[in-house]
Amino acid sequence: MTRTERSAFLQPWGRPGALVAMLLALLAVASMAGRPAMAELSIDITRGVVEPLPIAIVDFAGAQNNEREYGRDVARVIAANLRRSGLFAPVEPQAFIQREIALDTPPRFADWRVINAEALVHGRVQLLSDGRLQAEFRLWDVFAERQMAGFSYVTDPRNWRRVAHIIADSIYQRITGEDGYFDTRIVYVAESGPRDNRVKRLAIMDQDGENHRFLTDGSELVLTPRFSPSLQEITYLAFRGGRPQVFIYNIDTGRQESIGDFDGLSFAPRFSPDGTQLIMSLSRAGNSDIYAMDVRTRQLRRLTTGASIETSPSFAPDGRQIVFNSDRGGSQQLYVMDADGGNVRRISFGEGRYATPVWSPRGDLIAFTRLHQGRFFIGVMRPDGSGERLLVDGFRVEGPTWAPNGRVLIYFEEEPSRAGGAGRSRLMSIDLTGSNKREVPTPTDASDPAWSPLIP
Amino acid sequence: MRVSSIAAVAAAVFLIAGCQTPPERSGTAAGTGATAQGAGVTSRGGADGVDRLSGPLSEQLAQVGDRVFFAFDQYALTPEARRTVEGQAGLLSRHGGVTVRIEGHADERGTREYNLALGDRRAHAVKDYLVALGISPTRISTTSYGAERPAVLGSNEQAWAQNRRAVTIVLSERVGS
Repeated sequence: MTRTERSAFLQPWGRPGALVAMLLALLAVASMAGRPAMAELSIDITRGVVEPLPIAIVDFAGAQNNEREYGRDVARVIAANLRRSGLFAPVEPQAFIQREIALDTPPRFADWRVINAEALVHGRVQLLSDGRLQAEFRLWDVFAERQMAGFSYVTDPRNWRRVAHIIADSIYQRITGEDGYFDTRIVYVAESGPRDNRVKRLAIMDQDGENHRFLTDGSELVLTPRFSPSLQEITYLAFRGGRPQVFIYNIDTGRQESIGDFDGLSFAPRFSPDGTQLIMSLSRAGNSDIYAMDVRTRQLRRLTTGASIETSPSFAPDGRQIVFNSDRGGSQQLYVMDADGGNVRRISFGEGRYATPVWSPRGDLIAFTRLHQGRFFIGVMRPDGSGERLLVDGFRVEGPTWAPNGRVLIYFEEEPSRAGGAGRSRLMSIDLTGSNKREVPTPTDASDPAWSPLIP
Repeated sequence: MRVSSIAAVAAAVFLIAGCQTPPERSGTAAGTGATAQGAGVTSRGGADGVDRLSGPLSEQLAQVGDRVFFAFDQYALTPEARRTVEGQAGLLSRHGGVTVRIEGHADERGTREYNLALGDRRAHAVKDYLVALGISPTRISTTSYGAERPAVLGSNEQAWAQNRRAVTIVLSERVGS
C-alpha cells in the first residue's frame, strides 16, 4: 500500500484534529487494514504530490529542568524541520494522549494510533558530569509497533541545534530512504537600501534561518557566494577598486583573500567537488571565457575560447564534466564540456535563454534559470538535455542551488522595482517535484543563495 | 481581452521605440556625482572604493554626452552612440592628461553573471571605438556593474532603456594640459 491510497481515504474528512474520537478510531483501523503487515513505514518522495506523513514528536524527557528545556527545544526544531520538508505533518502536541515517554519504555501504541500518528519520535536529554549534552532518540512505526531507529549523540550544549538537525536527518533518511539535508547552512547576499545604491553583504545561517551572521560589513558590493566542499571557505565576487574580482572568505578566520589580480574582470566562481580547483569566468578585452584555477598554486587553465560570452560554470559531482552557459549560438544556452574543455555539446534547445546551470549533487539533473517572453523560470533537465521540467516562474526568479540530497532547491525571487521603492527580494525553496514552495526567512532582503553540503 | 491586447500592442510599440531611440542624456550626469559647482574639482567616494572626480572636464564630458545606450542584449554601438563617443574622443584628444574609466551596465532582465559579462562587452565597445579614434588605450580602463547600479529605478522599458548603458567617467584630469 502507498501513503497516497490511505490519504485519499482521509481526504474527505480533512485533518484528524477536527474529528471525534470514534471516527479517528475507525480511520486508524482502516489505515492498519490498508497496509500489509510487514510493509515498512515509508514515503516515496519521487511522486509528484505526497500526502505528508503524520508524525508525533514528543518533548524529549529530562531529569532536571534545564534538561527538559533542551528536550522541548530539540523536539521543536525536529518538528519544524520535518514540517518544512513538506513530507511530514507533525501532530499538534495538544492532541497527545500520552504526554511523556521514558526513553527505554515502549510507548503506548494505542494512544498514538487513536490520534493517527503513524510515526512517533521521543527521546531524552542529559547533561553529563563533564558538561556535555547527551541526546538520545527513538523512532517508532506506530502501527507495526516496531522501532525504526535509535541513536545517541554527545556534544557541547551550545551545539544542541545541530543535534536536533542530525536527529531530523536520520528520521528523514529512515522514512524516505534519501539522505537528509537539515544539518546544513546557507550563505547568501543580504540586501538593503535603494536599488540604485544597494548595500549587499555576505551572510550565513543554518538552513532553518537560525545562527544568522553577517560576514561582510557592506562597504563593498558582493555577489554570488558559494561554499567549498569542506564548508571552511566561501568563494564570491566583490567590487574592489571598482572592478569585480573573485575572493575567498575563510569562515574561521574571517580573512578575505583575492585569488589574483587579473587584467579584466573575474566572476562567477565555484569550487570543484574536491575543493582543489576554482572555476570561473575571466574577461579579457571584453571577452569572457571559463578558466580553472588550482587553488593551491594559483595556476590558471583556460577551458573555452572564442568571442562569445562563456560564464556560470558548475562541475558535475564526479568532477569530470562542467556545465556552463554561452551565447556562441546566438542566444544564451546551456553547454556541457569535459573538465579539460574538450567535447563541448549544447544541451538546451527550448525557446528563450538559459542561464545559471547548477549540477545536482546526485549527478542526475541540472537546475537552471530560463528567461522567456519577459518571465523568469527555474527548471531542471538531465545532463543530456532531456526531460526538461519548469518548477516555478516569476517576474524574476534566479540562481537555483541544491540541497545536498538533490531533492530540494533554494533560489531567489525579486519583485518588480518601482520609482521610489525597491521590490522585495527573498529566498524561496521548492521541491524537485515542483511542490512545497516556501519562503526561507531572512532578516533583510536576500539573493544569491548557496546551500552547503552536509556539515562534516 | 480587448484591453489587454491594446496594452500589449502599446507595450510592443513602446519597446521598439525604446530600442531604436535611446533617450537623450545631456547636461549633468545623474548618479555619477558630477555637479555644477563651477571650476572646483571635488571627489566623492563610492561604495566601490573609487573616488570619482567632478570638475570642469566632467562637465564638458557631460555636455558632449557621458553615456551611450544599447538595445536589449546587444553591445553594438548605434549610430547615435558612435556620435557620442566621437564627441568624447574629441574632448579626450584636446586634454591629453585625462584618464577615463568606462562602466558598462545592463538592465535587470538578465541573470547576474551574464549581465556582468554583457556590461563588460558594452564598456569595451566604447573603449574600442575611442581607441579606433586615436585615443591611447592606456588612458582608458573599463569595468562592469552588470545590473547592480541602475541609473533609473523602475521595471519598465523606459527605465531599462536608460540602464543598458556605458558611462565614461573622468578618473584624473590635469586641467589645461
